[in-house]
This record gives sequence, structure tokens and C-alpha cells, in this order.
Amino acid sequence: MKKISWHDLPLRRWLTLAPPFAWLALFLLLPFLLVLKISFADLKFGVPPYTPLAELKDEMLTLTLSLRGYALLFSDSLYISTYLSSVKMAAVTTLCCALIGYPMAYYIARSSPSVRNLLLLGVILPFWTSLLLRVYAWVGILRNDGLLNNFLMWLGVIDAPLEIYRTDLAVYIGLIYAYLPFFILPLYANLVKLDVRLLEAAYDLGARPWKAFLTITLPLSMPGVIAGAMLVFIPSVGEYVIPEMLGGADTLMMGRVMWTEFFNNADWPMAAAVTCVMVLLLLVPLVVFQYNQVKQLEVQKRRRNG
Amino acid sequence: MARPNYALRALVLALGYAFLYVPILCLMAFSFNDSAMMTSWTGFSLKWYVELFNDQALLSAARLSLLIAALTATAAVVIGTWAGYVLARMGRFRGFALFIGMVSAPLVMPEVVLGISLLLMFVEVSDLFGWPSGNGVFTIWVGHVTLCMAYVTVIVQSRIRDLDRSLEEAALDLGATPLKVFFVITLPLIFPAILAGWLLAFTLSLDDVVIASFLSGPGYTTLPLEVFSRVRLGLKPEINALATLFILVVGIFVVVANRMQWRKERRS
Repeated sequence: MKKISWHDLPLRRWLTLAPPFAWLALFLLLPFLLVLKISFADLKFGVPPYTPLAELKDEMLTLTLSLRGYALLFSDSLYISTYLSSVKMAAVTTLCCALIGYPMAYYIARSSPSVRNLLLLGVILPFWTSLLLRVYAWVGILRNDGLLNNFLMWLGVIDAPLEIYRTDLAVYIGLIYAYLPFFILPLYANLVKLDVRLLEAAYDLGARPWKAFLTITLPLSMPGVIAGAMLVFIPSVGEYVIPEMLGGADTLMMGRVMWTEFFNNADWPMAAAVTCVMVLLLLVPLVVFQYNQVKQLEVQKRRRNG
Repeated sequence: MARPNYALRALVLALGYAFLYVPILCLMAFSFNDSAMMTSWTGFSLKWYVELFNDQALLSAARLSLLIAALTATAAVVIGTWAGYVLARMGRFRGFALFIGMVSAPLVMPEVVLGISLLLMFVEVSDLFGWPSGNGVFTIWVGHVTLCMAYVTVIVQSRIRDLDRSLEEAALDLGATPLKVFFVITLPLIFPAILAGWLLAFTLSLDDVVIASFLSGPGYTTLPLEVFSRVRLGLKPEINALATLFILVVGIFVVVANRMQWRKERRS
């Protein structure tokens, strides 16, 4: 039996590949290369507000690479502390999401199918509703005259309102709240497929529940943990809306600095340089995420074929 | 298998879901509060809803956003399904790693990166060709499609991978062209995933602040931009009302869709 496969039709195969590839190359890859280019330009008044890199004049091609943006980035302590603080905030957020999200995903996956579906719906629902509006909900809770402070004072736990709104703590709460579903969903997808016979075997051989969890469940669920952690960590490094709405003036985050450089200072080369360094910083976690995804796909494929 | 610890399970899940839902429920409750502050309950009132429906700026922003979201979702579904099919069915090809990288970059990449890079490109392109002459629906649409197609791709490709390949192969053996096989066999089978992708793209586009901030121009204020410019400085009671309506509509929709699918899965 002869099977016609895509490999026999190179032209058709190429035509099938081309459109999505072209869209991504045109609207994702090319724009990013432009950012890279502009990060090496210098500030100029006019439209566009940066100098060209290459100029052809009197049969002379001059290539001007301005390192002003990068020099400023590494000499001004504000930028360096912003990067450090963004990474710290994203890392703490990821850790907290793991600590809250792992037990939740674990117990959802261990529930009976009908309960499981309902619980899963509870995690998916916030995912579908507006992030902006959900973060906004915290404003009314965290303010000095907000619900949380009123509640705590009513209980008599505190005498004066706690200062949370417009501090780093509020940003942490907002980030964890917004990104928790992103941690739970991939981890749940992994945990629900766990072969419970492995656990049964461990229990039969006398392992304590904790020991069985640490030696079987946790290692097997690591791909889910990695996927979830990356889905939380990478976007929160560049988060803009949450620090802007809940954070104070001294909450330093890259997304915010980039925004200020671009919109308030109209310094496009500087904003581009901040962006490039941010992407560079995220390259390692991005590759880890990518590698993890591809590996899981291959495991799936092998399971299906074998 | 050892029984799970029921008390611990109940505690963990109760706390977790309380964290996820108490803020939303508070917001919804206080949208009916007579006072503008979220400090104390002064009485039941629908006045913020009345105000919301008389707020022309919000209403026209909502119309613009719904238009962009519908256009975005439709295009994202076409390109995303296409990309998902390529990933699931075409095997490895030269540039496969680049393709996977580009498809999944918008899923995790901070939106500021996508926003600024597309804006810089549009500035450069309009500098070279005089087009597009200004930012508006088209530029926002391009940004949103690029973001949303990644989500559609993920949903569709996992659905295609779960399909029984022998159906497509049988049709090919019987002489159908690959194009016909796709439209007659594959497409109907993956339709639920495509529908889910359309809805997700629609809501993502309806919610986006960051990309739209970069890619919108004067006169093109989308709903999230309007909302964000009001709430970044504090509480606005008409936004409580808007949030309540939005979350209720989406919530009912998601619950109904989920129930329907659940019933279908149980039957099969």
C-alpha cells in the first residue's frame, strides 16, 4: 500500500508551511531584530527619533553603532537594581505560586473525575476573565481604608491600618494572584496522567506517603513544575500592569522602566536597549521552557506509538 | 493506594479557591454599593450600572474593542490552526526549531516586548512606504493576532495529535487530495478546539492593555485602555459595575460550555 505523504510533495509541503511561518517571521522575528538595531542607535529629534545605523554618503558606507543605551544601562545603578529587583520579584512570585499551586494541583488531580472537572473549572475561569479587572479588584481590598484593613481592625488584630497598597507586598500579592492559574494548569495536566500503580507498588513495599511522594510523584511531575514555573517567571519579569496598579513609586520593575523610557522620556534607543537586555536575561529560562516542551512532546509521541 | 488526607485536602483547596475568588466576589458585591468607596456598605443601589450605560467614552471604547476582538479571533484561528496543523502533522523540517520558538514566544514573552517591537516596525515601515499612515485598528489587530495565534496553535495542535491518524490516511489512500482531507476529515474533528481557540483569542484581545498601548493611535482607545487610564489612580465605582457584568457574562459562558463538554465526554 502506497501512502502519499507530505514528503513526496515538496512544493505543496513548502506552500503549506509558508503562511504561518511568514506571519511569524514578519510580525515577530523582524520587529525584534529592529528593536535590536534601534538599541544601537542614538537619540535624535525628529521622526523617527533615532539615528540610522548605516549611511551611504559620497560612496562611503558608514556604520555607526551607538553604545549609549548599553553604557547607560551598566553604569547607572538604577537600571541594574531594576533588573535585580524584577528578577527577585519574579522568582519570589514563582516560588509562592509553586508552594500554593502544587498542593492545589495535586489534590485536584487526585479527586474523583466529576469533582475534578468542577475544581478544574474553578482554576480555568479566572484564566478567561479579564486580568486587568481581577487585579483592579485588589485595589479596593488592599487600600488603607480598604476591606482587608477594615476587617482586621474589626477583628481587633490591628489598631492602625496596614500599609499594603502601593508597596512591593501588594505587587507580590497581585502577581501571585494573576499567575497562579498558569502554574496550576500545566502541573495538573502532568499529575493527572501519573501512573498510580507506581505509588501502589511503593506503598506495598512499605514506603511512607511522604517518602513515596518525594521519590515518585515529585520527580515524575518535574516537567509540569518546570512548565508552570516558566509560565509564571518569564512574563512576570516584564510585567507592567500589576506594578503600575498596585505598586508604589519605588517599585522597580523592568517593564515599568521600559515603559517610562518609551512613553515619558521618548528615548526609543534606551527603551530598545532595556528590552534587549531583558530578552537576553530571559533567554535561559526561555530555552529551558522550550526544551522541556519539546521533550514532553517526544515522550507523548513515544507513548502513543509504543 | 493510601487514602489521601481528606482534612488537609479540604483545607488546601478551600484556602486556594478562597484566594482566587474572594477578590472577585468582593468587587462584585461592592458594585451594588450606594457609596463610591469600597470601605463600608451604605445600601443597595444600581446607580453605578446606570452610570455605566450612560458613559459614552466607555461604550464607544467597548464597541471598538469588540470589533478588534472579533477580527483578531477570526484571523488568529485561521493562522493558529494552520500553524498547529504544521506542527502536528508535517514532521520535522528545516527551521522546525525556529518555528516552534516563534510560535511559543508570545505565550511567555512579556507583552511589552511584543508591543514595542511591533510599534518600532510600523514606524519604520511607514517611514519607508508611507503606510500605515497612523496607528489604529489595523496595527492593534496585527499585534493581537500575533499574540493570540500562539494560544490557538497550542490548543489546536494538541487536539490534532490526539486524532486517530488512520482516518486521514484512509482518505488519502482513497485518492482524496491533502487539502480535501483537511477540510472534510480533519477540520470537523478539531472544530471544538478551534471554537475554544476563537473564544480564548477573543477574550485575550478584549483584555489586552500593554500591546494596545503601544499600537493604538489617537482616537482609537480600546476598552482596556480606557479602563486602565481610569483605575491606575484608584477606585472607580463604574468600573466595579463593568467588571461585574464582564465576569458574569464570561463566567456563565465558560460554565455552560464546560457542562456541555462534560456531558458529551461522559456519553462517549
